[in-house]
Amino acid sequence: MSNNSKELLDKVVGPRINTLSISTISILFSLVFLILLLIFSDIYYLFNHNIGFIAFKEMLLRPEIISAMRMSTVTSLVSLLLILCFSIPIGYALSRFRFPGHTLMNTIVDIPLILPPVVIGVSLLAFFGSPLGAEIKFILKTMNISIISGIGIVLCQFFVSISYCIRATKASFDSIDRRLEHIALTLGCSQWQAFLNVAFPLSRNGVIAGAVMAWARAIGVFGPLMIFVGTGPRVQVMPTSIWLELSIGNIELSIVIALVMVFIAASALTIVHWLGPGRSWA
Amino acid sequence: MKSLQIENLALSAGNFKLKNISFHIEQDEYFVLKGLTGSGKSLIMKAICGLIRLDSGKILIDGKDVTNLQPRFRKVGYIPQNSLLFPHLNVEENIAFGLKFKDFSKNKITEEVDKITELVGISQLLNRNVLNLSGGEKQKVNICRALILKPKILLLDEPLSAVDEGHRDKLCSILKSLQKKTKIPAMHISHNKKETELIADRISILENGKIKGVL
Repeated sequence: MSNNSKELLDKVVGPRINTLSISTISILFSLVFLILLLIFSDIYYLFNHNIGFIAFKEMLLRPEIISAMRMSTVTSLVSLLLILCFSIPIGYALSRFRFPGHTLMNTIVDIPLILPPVVIGVSLLAFFGSPLGAEIKFILKTMNISIISGIGIVLCQFFVSISYCIRATKASFDSIDRRLEHIALTLGCSQWQAFLNVAFPLSRNGVIAGAVMAWARAIGVFGPLMIFVGTGPRVQVMPTSIWLELSIGNIELSIVIALVMVFIAASALTIVHWLGPGRSWA
Repeated sequence: MKSLQIENLALSAGNFKLKNISFHIEQDEYFVLKGLTGSGKSLIMKAICGLIRLDSGKILIDGKDVTNLQPRFRKVGYIPQNSLLFPHLNVEENIAFGLKFKDFSKNKITEEVDKITELVGISQLLNRNVLNLSGGEKQKVNICRALILKPKILLLDEPLSAVDEGHRDKLCSILKSLQKKTKIPAMHISHNKKETELIADRISILENGKIKGVL
């Protein structure tokens, strides 16, 4: 083969085999192997302790587990709704408008991303111990509402997860050519109509991806819940159930719940990847 | 009465400034504003559309002062430089977009879309995805989307820059004949000499921040 044709072949053939590609792909494969190994270790543990499909199903259908799954689902969906109500306008404002304090606010909304979740639990505890928090607690009490309930869980989930959705929403609005909204304005739209008919539909995939990420994060919140609402039977969600079952030595049941959470996380990530950049309108 | 009258316009965008810009467009006229890239032509057009604020000056359309009006109340048909079609809508939905915000029935919207696409000659494209159109087709859809609202003036910001050389002359004559048929005055921005000479009734040049009448 002549030198020229060898160069040409090198250009057209798909994956190149060289030391760089081999080493990076090997590292990728080893990490994937380690993640799968962890998940399959859970399955192996159950299998090794003679827990088949029927026993697995029976464990899942225990009243306290069903109650935890129900609490996790309801609170995480309420959190998601709240997160969307805040994230879409915040993402749009950060993307489209420049105002005094823009950089500062852009930074502050990211704080929950880098804060250890436990800190959010401690901060919530401190807030409801302050005069203002105590006042809010007192008002809620007059309405027979306790903060140590689904409300407390939603607060923890909201503060831990909202930044994920804001980031994704802002990035999605950033990727839309704002001149499209300008065109809409000249075609008879008000600013709101341009947002609802152009910017929002075009950012749809990014918003959904952000919402799924935030929801998956919310359903997995553990640390702040332990500090702020505890592990009482009325406030048990899946992550706290795992910890409770482990603490009384019921490892099998905690693994069963963990596998359900793995399934939820995998489904959420599949949706996020499915709605990824390759599938956007642009 | 003049269709468009610009009086002592002053604009700024970052460090770039334009001052004392005055010109007008007569009724039924195809006016071309020529100038080098970066001379501020597009900025003036955006100001006429109401997309940027003026530092000072006045804009009158059909004798009415629109200086402080929102873009949607100015009744201008804006055709941007890079065929900015809404990518989530097909050709028909793009063209009908502006009619959605008027009290038009579905039948009336379909009727109007059919009329304008027949006039521009793109009836066969109605169900196409806008992402799969050629540069020339995209610009025809843009023209339909602006014309369907029967604007008082058509503002074309280098509309042929994304069209290949072979189709440019053809699109020039389509634009000119459409303007004569609809009798909607047009302001066209260009830096292309051939395009300007082919299409203009009157040409002005924006040079060093000043407008000079040429033809």
